[in-house]
Amino acid sequence: MAEDRGTPLVELEDISISFGGIKAVDHVSLDLYPGEVVGLLGHNGAGKSTLIKCLSGAYQMDSGEIRIRGDKVEINNPRDARSHNIETIYQTLALADNLDAASNLFLGREITTPLGLVDDATMEAETRKIMGRLNPNFRKFSSPVSALSGGQRQSVAITRAVYFNAKILIMDEPTAALGPQETQMVAELIQELKREGLGIFLIDHDVHQVKMLCDRAAVMKNGKLVGVVDVDAVSTDDILAMIIAGKKPEHLTA
Amino acid sequence: MADTTNSAIDAPKKRSLLETLEVDTRLLGMIGAFVILCIAFNVLTDGRFLTPRNIFNLTIQTVSVAIMATGMVFVIVTRHIDLSVGSLLATCSAFMAMLQTAWLPGIFGIDLGSPFVAPIAIVLGLALGAAIGAFHGWLVGYLTIPAFIVTLGGLLVWRNAAWYLTRGQTIGPLDQNFALFGGTNGTLGETWSWIIGFVAAGAALIILFLSRRNKIAHEFPVKPVWAELSLSAIVVSAILGFVAVLNAYQIPTRRLERMFEARGEVMPEGYSVGYGLPISVVLLILVAIAMSVVASRTRFGRYIFATGGNPDAADLSGINTRLLTVKIFALMGFLCALSAVVASARLTFHSNDIGTLDELRVIAAAVIGGTALSGGIGTIYGAILGALIMQSLQSGMAMVGVDAPFQNIVVGSVLVIAVLIDIIYRKRLGAG
Ligand SMILES: Nc1ncnc2c1ncn2[C@@H]1O[C@H](COP(=O)(O)OP(=O)(O)O)[C@@H](O)[C@H]1O
Ligand SMILES: [Mg+2]
Repeated sequence: MAEDRGTPLVELEDISISFGGIKAVDHVSLDLYPGEVVGLLGHNGAGKSTLIKCLSGAYQMDSGEIRIRGDKVEINNPRDARSHNIETIYQTLALADNLDAASNLFLGREITTPLGLVDDATMEAETRKIMGRLNPNFRKFSSPVSALSGGQRQSVAITRAVYFNAKILIMDEPTAALGPQETQMVAELIQELKREGLGIFLIDHDVHQVKMLCDRAAVMKNGKLVGVVDVDAVSTDDILAMIIAGKKPEHLTA
Repeated sequence: MADTTNSAIDAPKKRSLLETLEVDTRLLGMIGAFVILCIAFNVLTDGRFLTPRNIFNLTIQTVSVAIMATGMVFVIVTRHIDLSVGSLLATCSAFMAMLQTAWLPGIFGIDLGSPFVAPIAIVLGLALGAAIGAFHGWLVGYLTIPAFIVTLGGLLVWRNAAWYLTRGQTIGPLDQNFALFGGTNGTLGETWSWIIGFVAAGAALIILFLSRRNKIAHEFPVKPVWAELSLSAIVVSAILGFVAVLNAYQIPTRRLERMFEARGEVMPEGYSVGYGLPISVVLLILVAIAMSVVASRTRFGRYIFATGGNPDAADLSGINTRLLTVKIFALMGFLCALSAVVASARLTFHSNDIGTLDELRVIAAAVIGGTALSGGIGTIYGAILGALIMQSLQSGMAMVGVDAPFQNIVVGSVLVIAVLIDIIYRKRLGAG
């Protein structure tokens, strides 16, 4: 199946990382194609966030290899990841609470005036523009993000990942703090970005959502990859069984 | 209203006067406290507190601590602390004093009185301060030793390095040009003070106008014109009023006579002239402007506040927070050296105890000025106002005749109470 789609956008091969004695990620291999959404499932502590943090540059893996469009890359810090057009929405959102939405959106990539000073007005205007598309109800442009609701904070984090023309998008539980209506907006956004040809890793606890939005689902348990399945070929019960039992159901292992 | 939909979500309540003016209520509270303090001391001293002479002295006494306090804001905003600033000031002061009196004349043959002495001493002193600060920053950022420990060690090390450099001696008199940075020995006179006052007032008006035009260009909401005009009027009268007060302090006749004698002239009968702006105060104002621009308009400043607000987020945004720490402490060291110039120039010599306890005054100024020890929050103007409040309290009490131990008891208590008020205020605001 994979062969006829050409080179994968991302190949994570045999990734391992441990903290103290805990093998948080234990020899995991996973790939992602352009225009594909791969869901990442598993209990809390399964190692999902840790795995994607190796790709986003937040952690440095102990062993393994990362290839982007077939080429081996070194990702030693978040700047490296950004230079490969990898954008991440972290589970913790990673926002500086004391700064406003625009400052957070452009953090580390500020627009500057010819004199080299940060151009707050232009950045706010850009923020208003993209927010108008992604979350038209958003109004609190001049408040620090600590004054925002969970959903509003989430939209700042999502906007930041989308604004800079990501080719590879990592979303770690992007709808955790959202109500049904906002969740629906994120779902539509994912589908739109998929049509634009982005590759997306989506970590989500909602199995139904994964079946609806994702092409494939990867299940992790105790740092190990249980298996990767085509979502159309399995039922939600099959996926749940993988999460709980930690092994692929008999009828899928053929 | 045309923007009913917006304001229904954004600001359901009617905007108050303060909101319309967009003034910082915290700043207003501090100015209020300061004004009450000044009036109270003025009453208690039968009008001696608010004389041009005393205001002049207060200003020049505040400069050294205020300069360092602006750097301490960045240090505290990034959740660090610097306990070594007083000692670092002493080391830089000792180094510059030795350069002027011993090393430049002895080793390089540049004698005291040469126009090169002051510039060379100052440049090397500033470089030393920045280098020591950078070293502290490296220990904190790269070797991850807590700043409290690094600078507690620094407090002892640099205090005694200064002692070693000077063998504990008082070193002086310092170069005459160097002494210009001390206050009374270096003022601009009435004419130049007015010129600078008007230029500054004009610049402030232009900045207010440009920022309004910029907002309109981006279709952001702007203040009503009357609010903008009253704000401009307040700013302009504050600047010109300050200059007027400093110009009103007349140079004592005996001192003037000596100045004329030095030039080989005789002073005309009834001649009198005001001091005007001290060079050290101009220096503080320049530092304040530069540091404010750094804080709010540069990437460096943006990263300082982001790191203080959420260090992990700053890291994940690709900010090199370790290098940032080095830069912040280097800047702090640079400012300590600058304060060393002002402090030793004011005395016209280096004394072994120069800068003692300054670390506490500087931290107190920053904290009273609204810098939160939990990080992420602080302003340059707040820290300077904090330094001014501390200094007014201290000299006001001295003028009233409060016993020395009580003075320090009051200053200590004010620090704690100021932080308590700040905590209560922020809780009410709900801004963490
Ligand atoms: N920075 C860290 N230091 C120590 N242990 C960590 C760290 N990050 C993750 N872990 C551990 O790694 C394991 C996997 O965590 P995580 O990737 O967050 O799981 P998930 O995202 O699947 O809920 C957990 O046991 C967690 O405690
Ligand atoms: Mg997680």
